[in-house]
Amino acid sequence: MTQKTSAEHSPAAFYNADALPPVQTRRERLSAFSTDDLNPVSSRSAEWRFSPLDRIENLTSGERDGSDVPAAYDITGAASVAHVPMSDPLIGRCGRPEEVASALAWHDTKNALIITASAQDASEVWITRDALGLSARAGHTVIDVAPFAKTTIVFDNRGDAMLSENVEIHVGESAQVVVVSLQQWNHGAVHLASHFCRIAANASLTHAVITLGGGVTRINPTAHLAENAGSATLLGLYTADAGSHIESQVFVNHDAPNTVSRVSYKGALRGAGARTVWIGDVLIGREATGTDSYEQNRNLILAEGARADSVPNLEIETGDIVGAGHASATGRFDGEQLFYLRSRGITEHEARQLVVRGFLNEVLAMVPVPRVQAIVHDALDEALEEVSA
Amino acid sequence: MSTLTITDLHVTVETENGPLEILRGVDMVINSGETHAVMGPNGSGKSTLAYTIAGHPKYTVTKGSIDFDGQDVLAMSVDERARSGLFLAMQYPVEIPGVAVSNFLRTAKTAIDGQAPPIRTWVKDVKQSMSEMRMDPSFGERSVNEGFSGGEKKRHEIVQLDLLKPKMAVLDETDSGLDVDALRVVSEGVNRVKEETGLGVLLITHYTRILRYIKPDFVHVFVNGRIAEEGGPALADRLEAEGYDRFTETADA
Ligand SMILES: Nc1ncnc2c1ncn2[C@@H]1O[C@H](COP(=O)(O)OP(=O)(O)OP(=O)(O)O)[C@@H](O)[C@H]1O
Ligand SMILES: [Mg+2]
Repeated sequence: MTQKTSAEHSPAAFYNADALPPVQTRRERLSAFSTDDLNPVSSRSAEWRFSPLDRIENLTSGERDGSDVPAAYDITGAASVAHVPMSDPLIGRCGRPEEVASALAWHDTKNALIITASAQDASEVWITRDALGLSARAGHTVIDVAPFAKTTIVFDNRGDAMLSENVEIHVGESAQVVVVSLQQWNHGAVHLASHFCRIAANASLTHAVITLGGGVTRINPTAHLAENAGSATLLGLYTADAGSHIESQVFVNHDAPNTVSRVSYKGALRGAGARTVWIGDVLIGREATGTDSYEQNRNLILAEGARADSVPNLEIETGDIVGAGHASATGRFDGEQLFYLRSRGITEHEARQLVVRGFLNEVLAMVPVPRVQAIVHDALDEALEEVSA
Repeated sequence: MSTLTITDLHVTVETENGPLEILRGVDMVINSGETHAVMGPNGSGKSTLAYTIAGHPKYTVTKGSIDFDGQDVLAMSVDERARSGLFLAMQYPVEIPGVAVSNFLRTAKTAIDGQAPPIRTWVKDVKQSMSEMRMDPSFGERSVNEGFSGGEKKRHEIVQLDLLKPKMAVLDETDSGLDVDALRVVSEGVNRVKEETGLGVLLITHYTRILRYIKPDFVHVFVNGRIAEEGGPALADRLEAEGYDRFTETADA
């Protein structure tokens, strides 16, 4: 079954199917540091109802190793990394856990990784995490961006993982920040993450989650547009294989005047039984006059038995906005596109690859990190070699 | 010298009420260097003929044949037909998000020729072809047909005709949506390709204006899925003056 909801026009290739029950309003979502104050991990709670609970048990109950998450750092420009105790005042400025895995990770982590970017010079921090192993871990990262700083932070995630983490992204006034979480995990990897982003006045954040490999990957970014004229672009790109579950619960909280958000998540489900979930909540609060907001999720189903759930949700508490739109579409190949390409001599196989790449390129082109683009291009070449459905 | 021979072609489309016959016995022979104009009322089956030659999966041939230089076109896949030298400029070119025009053109050229074009001359050829069609070079970076105006889409079709160098081209209402200057530019483009390669053309149109630029050797009047009358260029002028009433009345009877 496929589905489409849209507040705007979208291509005819996508079509409607069964509607989903409404989600609990985002305003009322619980947040707490104690798991007792949060909804239980159950297929009946809004936070977990789409997740494969049996595969993430090690991160939602029991104990995790809270020592430093092994990583290599490649730093250029005015940035530095350090570890500090979880009691440090830099921690907890951007948000609070909204679900049990996040609260447990917060509790289990001994020291947080602090990445500091100053305004002296543009900076880039490339964090390679390729030696985590399969034992359950918890981690906490704070990306602390000074006012007027320009920085790019990339998490380059590979190998095995059983990781639950919180990432706080504190974007100072007028700063320009790019954060990429790139997952090329092994098949068995499990990765749960909450990214709490707080965006100050006139600052802009581009946040991208790119998942090309892994078992269960659930990365949930929240962008809190807390001050005047902040902007957030939240991007997602994923290819889901047989057996993979890729989930993205995206929340944009317009909480100040003249804030701008763009959410664009696109995925190709290329393995039999692949599963993706996208929940896009946008809250435009009473203070958020002049908000300009648009969110979209599009999925291309390339294999039998693959399933994409896509749930946009818009709550508007003020009438005085510039715009708020959403689109969600899930479908198979557009026959007319394939016909057009083939009528120019291009084989069916190559036509399919062109269409899928084009579909995903639209998001990749917006990730302003050439090295990430190059890695993803190469990975897609390989991944799409056997696309056929 | 190439010849496209269409013989007693019957074509249906699938509808809610079962198959519906659109083409009801079409015969036509097009040789290299010839231009055949096809005119006829809306819904008479002109695009159906064009799409059936190109192999669109929506159309089912129930009877008849299409032969191209001894090859059974109906047995070939869509891309095989294109590689054998057939080209369709579509009435409604399709948008393909995220696929850059330059990448698309190179991929198509490589597929048609069976090898990648030499990079230097290719870039030059593309540039020249686009400039002759009055398309800004920036179109190379844009997604195929996405956000193109109606006229820009049509000019892009002729850029492809020019670069892919087919033997036989079906132009389905390429003139619709073109401003007067673009019409001239596009016509000159088609004539240039004809001169260079001896292209055979099946030109579907509603207007005689384009026929002043691209001179037809034959005019076929299409009514109700059949050719109702055939003649020379003068027939087109007569159609413009008199309309199709004469044919539709007999067809309905
Ligand atoms: N799925 C369908 N169900 C019913 N009728 C169909 C279907 N598809 C095509 N047709 C009909 O086939 C007929 C021929 O269509 P075609 O597009 O070939 O006409 P045309 O001569 O190109 O018209 P125009 O001049 O408007 O471009 C039309 O009457 C159209 O409505
Ligand atoms: Mg037509």
